[in-house]
Amino acid sequence: MPVNHKKSPSLPPPASEVGIVVWVKKNLFSTYANGVMSLAAIVLILLLLPPLLDWAFFSATWSGSNRADCNEDGACWIFIANRIDQVFYGFYPAELHWRPNLAGLLLIGLTIPLFIKSFHYKNWLGAFILIIYPFIAYFLIHGGSFGLEVVSTTKWGGLMLTLILSAVGIVASLPLGILLALGRRSKMPMFKSVCVVYIEFWRGIPLITVLFMASVMLPLFFPEGSDFDKLLRALIGITLFQSAYMAEVVRGGLQAIPKGQYEASEALGLNYPKSMGLIILPQALKLVIPGIVNTFIALFKDTTLVLIIGLFDLLAIINLALTDSEWLGFDDEGYVFAAFVFWVFCFAMSRYSIALEAKLHTGHKR
Amino acid sequence: MSAEHIIELNGVHKWYGDFHVLKDINITVQKGERIVICGPSGSGKSTTIRCINHLEEHQQGQIIVDGTELTGDLKHIEQIRKEVGMVFQHFNLFPHLTILENLTLAPIWVKNVAKAEAEAIAMKYLERVKIPEQADKYPGQLSGGQQQRVAIARSLCMNPKVMLFDEPTSALDPEMISEVLDVMVELAEDGMTMICVTHEMGFAKKVANRVIFMDEGEIVEENEPNEFFNNPQNERTQLFLSQIIQH
Ligand SMILES: Nc1ncnc2c1ncn2[C@@H]1O[C@H](COP(=O)(O)OP(=O)(O)OP(=O)(O)O)[C@@H](O)[C@H]1O
Ligand SMILES: [Mg+2]
Repeated sequence: MPVNHKKSPSLPPPASEVGIVVWVKKNLFSTYANGVMSLAAIVLILLLLPPLLDWAFFSATWSGSNRADCNEDGACWIFIANRIDQVFYGFYPAELHWRPNLAGLLLIGLTIPLFIKSFHYKNWLGAFILIIYPFIAYFLIHGGSFGLEVVSTTKWGGLMLTLILSAVGIVASLPLGILLALGRRSKMPMFKSVCVVYIEFWRGIPLITVLFMASVMLPLFFPEGSDFDKLLRALIGITLFQSAYMAEVVRGGLQAIPKGQYEASEALGLNYPKSMGLIILPQALKLVIPGIVNTFIALFKDTTLVLIIGLFDLLAIINLALTDSEWLGFDDEGYVFAAFVFWVFCFAMSRYSIALEAKLHTGHKR
Repeated sequence: MSAEHIIELNGVHKWYGDFHVLKDINITVQKGERIVICGPSGSGKSTTIRCINHLEEHQQGQIIVDGTELTGDLKHIEQIRKEVGMVFQHFNLFPHLTILENLTLAPIWVKNVAKAEAEAIAMKYLERVKIPEQADKYPGQLSGGQQQRVAIARSLCMNPKVMLFDEPTSALDPEMISEVLDVMVELAEDGMTMICVTHEMGFAKKVANRVIFMDEGEIVEENEPNEFFNNPQNERTQLFLSQIIQH
């Protein structure tokens, strides 16, 4: 007997599936253990958060000119505000601050179109930012041509220096890392061993040693009196060091690409550079975005180590401020502020990486 | 050596380490011929056709494709790969590119075809494999049968003289096999030179000029399909055929 089957209409979800109470029940108190942990977390938050907020915001002092203005119970942000110039620029002459500012604004201005969907020259603009812009920024910040007064790198400092160190480190270590990763997988034995030795060497020593060697030992190899810029030495040290880590991250991605992808691109007649550039690397890099950003974040925080070779990055400037005899005893404010600035940048990188992953997801299963 | 021979394998040997995978393989293919290669798993079928576009390297003997001999010379390899298209068991589409980009990539980057023209060609072949409406999707959003048809179209966009198929339907669900085979039959009817590794005996009977049976790295038997299926000479062929017909 034929059954006449009608299509079932879509119904709204049952009421028990929605609403805050249901959500709390389902997610926080679904089982006994879950409930205990949720409660513990809530108690901990209630215990820690109010005093912290009180110290940092509600009882904090935001304006004034010296330590007499500070409120005893809260943070005294005047300490930071008084030195905000140094925190941002180090010992860069105040009347010339417009130069790094302009370089920064220019970078922001150039980057905006990259996020506009309908902008068609993203590749060209990207190349401009990576290849031409660094020279513009260098001429602006360092000066020495077009009538700009020279500001030697020894005067650079603060957040500006931190950003320069990490931006150059990031931009230079990624391509170097990619080349090393490809080299390590290469079939040419000599090339491969060079890459392996390089990676294992740099991964095996602490960054602090690298910086120390760059500042103390490197000059021994140069003729007396030749002054090899200290900042440049630090930059080279950081880049060489981080590229080894980057190489291993990228190699992980390369290994995850199925053999069929290599074969398909070969069979279509793509040569090695094209097949790497168009097929393998785009997939491999996308796969390891979390690892790459992880390395970037580590690099960003590692830049604080330059203080041991006498460069004044953000943290070193704060340290210096703490030794000011007028402002002794403001360690909490100093370090909380430094931690906050670092956290903001790292968190931004992390969020960006998540957004990027989502954007590049093309629905293929892995 | 005749000019009509588009592919020639003369006494080809290959080893993986000590393991002798291909033993004295001789195959000649005329322009427009359709060859089906079958044989038990591990018999060297894939290895044989992968030597033809140098995905694998042979160590002895001669492989000549359209007058160009395959040696280690990169120029020759590039030349041959331009003329030989290949379709894989697992499709191997590029998951980070749309279907259209999958099809236009090689023409643009290998043959320097202008983008607009490459796209027009791509759409033509997508229509031919009956999925033009999928052009802007990503491979991960397509069914297996659709992906394999895209893979065929991707090879065709390079305008190859020869198409190699390595078990193009064996990773597909049964209901999708025929949609891929239909495309292959059409291709054969249009006069494409094809070498197919497949166990689809219906397909072999329908389009093949010759069937080659391989076992343990050797060509055991070679015949036109009717004779091959109805009157196999070698006992290994008989055993193999009896096994696949039981299924
Ligand atoms: N890279 C390799 N290294 C060592 N041995 C290999 C390699 N590739 C294949 N072989 C071996 O060579 C033999 C032939 O392999 P091939 O893939 O050509 O078989 P096939 O006839 O295509 O089998 P199937 O039907 O399973 O695809 C097999 O025994 C296989 O184990
Ligand atoms: Mg095979």
